[in-house]
Amino acid sequence: MERAPAPPHPDYPLLRPIEKPGRSFYFIVGVLLAIIAYTGYVYVRQILFGLGVTGMAQPVTWGFYIINFVFFIGISHAGTLISAILRLSKAEWRRPITRMAEVITAIVLAIGGLHPIIDLGRPDRMLNLFYNGRLQSPLLWDVTSITAYFTASTIYLYIPMIPDIAILRDRGVRPRWLYEFLSWGWQGTEQQHKVLDRAMNILMVVVIPIAVSVHTIISYIFAMTVQPGWHSTIFGPYFVVGAIFSGIAAILVLMIVFRKVFHLEGYLKQIHFNYLGILLLIMSLLWFYFTFSEYLTGYYGHEPNEMRVFWYKFTGAFAPYFWTMVTCNFLVPVILLGIRKFRTITGILFASISVIIGMWLERLIIVVPSLANPRLPYPTGIYIPSHTEWMLFIGGISVFVLGYMLFARFFPVISIWEIEEGRHESAKAVTERIASYMPDPQPSSAQE
Amino acid sequence: MKWGMVIDLQKCTGCGECAAACKVENNVAIVDAGQSAMGRTMLWMDMLTIYEGEYPRLRFREIPRPCMQCDHPPCTKVCPVRATYKNEEGIVAQIYPQCIGCRYCMAACPYTVKSFNWYKPEWPPGIRETVNPDVSVRPVGVVEKCTFCIHRLQKAKERAKHEGRKLGEKDFQPACAESCPVGAIVFGDLENTSHRVNHLSSSPRAMRFLEDLGTEPKVIYLKEED
Repeated sequence: MERAPAPPHPDYPLLRPIEKPGRSFYFIVGVLLAIIAYTGYVYVRQILFGLGVTGMAQPVTWGFYIINFVFFIGISHAGTLISAILRLSKAEWRRPITRMAEVITAIVLAIGGLHPIIDLGRPDRMLNLFYNGRLQSPLLWDVTSITAYFTASTIYLYIPMIPDIAILRDRGVRPRWLYEFLSWGWQGTEQQHKVLDRAMNILMVVVIPIAVSVHTIISYIFAMTVQPGWHSTIFGPYFVVGAIFSGIAAILVLMIVFRKVFHLEGYLKQIHFNYLGILLLIMSLLWFYFTFSEYLTGYYGHEPNEMRVFWYKFTGAFAPYFWTMVTCNFLVPVILLGIRKFRTITGILFASISVIIGMWLERLIIVVPSLANPRLPYPTGIYIPSHTEWMLFIGGISVFVLGYMLFARFFPVISIWEIEEGRHESAKAVTERIASYMPDPQPSSAQE
Repeated sequence: MKWGMVIDLQKCTGCGECAAACKVENNVAIVDAGQSAMGRTMLWMDMLTIYEGEYPRLRFREIPRPCMQCDHPPCTKVCPVRATYKNEEGIVAQIYPQCIGCRYCMAACPYTVKSFNWYKPEWPPGIRETVNPDVSVRPVGVVEKCTFCIHRLQKAKERAKHEGRKLGEKDFQPACAESCPVGAIVFGDLENTSHRVNHLSSSPRAMRFLEDLGTEPKVIYLKEED
């Protein structure tokens, strides 16, 4: 295994996990593969026997699969969207964060995008979506926007990786063919940098509207029906805000994990957590604002069917989940992130985990109560997810962890060249930029 | 032509004969008790239990509930593969071989009339042999619902054509209307003035479920007279 020692690199801590993976890597991968294999078995059972193996019934005909679909796609929002916004706004502190965020998007989107297929009664007829697709159905909009987002975000992840892959290629890291192939003959010439910058600029502008459209359209699946609790005009932005909210929480958790495991304390500093923590706090307030508006208008409208769903959430069977959601999404993050004393890395970790749980509960609270309270007097249904559904949820998370670990095994999770670029050029660029914001020494307006 | 149904609640005794006839006619799967307790009973024609008033003036009624066959159906709008659609005679039909089982139509239906085949449909021994050959047995994983016994319409049309006459009111009656012992379910063409449903539907007693949603159901109920 050991060959000629690679030359020292200023950002060696970022390369070490790739050049010298630890033993625990294989152990965790083994455990995850076992979970995934079992999940696969459970899913095959579902295909053989039908959706009867789930806990779904009438009237709650959508359950965990749709909840997790919305949840995972929501998580995927942070990545590319946040990275694009930070890059576009030239926030210098973005440099160690963007790559990690973009990887989340690519992996979680692939998992989330599979969920509607898992949910199908007849996955074998999936291609009917193309043969007989009706563009009037919000489900088709979804297929379109998720495909577009997945394509755009994987390209957006890959393009800024090319210079880093070239570093790995030049250091002779194995498997060489992989880096040789993926580096696309990158030599770091001025012309290549120009093309790279241009491609990134185009992509980040393109990716923002696509990202916004994705979760808007997911909300449309619900909002386009006439069902109480779903038929709401603010659902589009409400879902987008929730998605970014849960996504930032996911980025923070991953940053804290990688900081600890890969010893990246030098790269992911308190300031990064502080900035993202404040962003999370803002999203928490924004989330509360949307939730408040949504339920207050429902309450004042006092439409009987709407109110049945409303009370089901506030005081009925779903009250424990509802109030846990409010605590997790609003109280905990506001206290932990709003008070400076608590805004430590540990505090941020707790707030982020709390938000992830809270946002999952929000998806549960959106999907189930509206279905559980049909308008006509049917016996109200309860929904208890089955073992199959729990396994597919755990399996989905395992695929995410495995995907992320494999990525981190072969590619740097922090963009090396962007850090270098930051070291060499940012200070000058930022000084110049600030100078350009300031009033000129001799204001031309003086003569007016 | 616009097929419609009038259910006279004054006459209806809530016996459930229509629900049973529908189940047999349309080969609707019979699920076991455990599945039924989970809420997976499959009924194209269900009996709704409606409670009115409060104790001691509590009344409850059993009301037959087929698919409302909306003229503006919320279910067909959301189907991604055109497995459910409104045909030219107003019947909201299902194309079982095309359904991908996403259950979006079930989530969108404000009347919750659709059923899903959670498992491969099964019948107790002995009943399997009595399935109606005119109605396809649905496979696992698709959504199904009342079709106004569209297979009977097809047969009736062919017979009328063969006999060289026009389709009459009596030629096409769904199983529920035919089976009703008190004649509470009347079926026919809402646009044909010679059909009984045509004038019954404009009766002052006529009402539709959830009229304010604008779904324009073609199943019309006649309220009880006090």
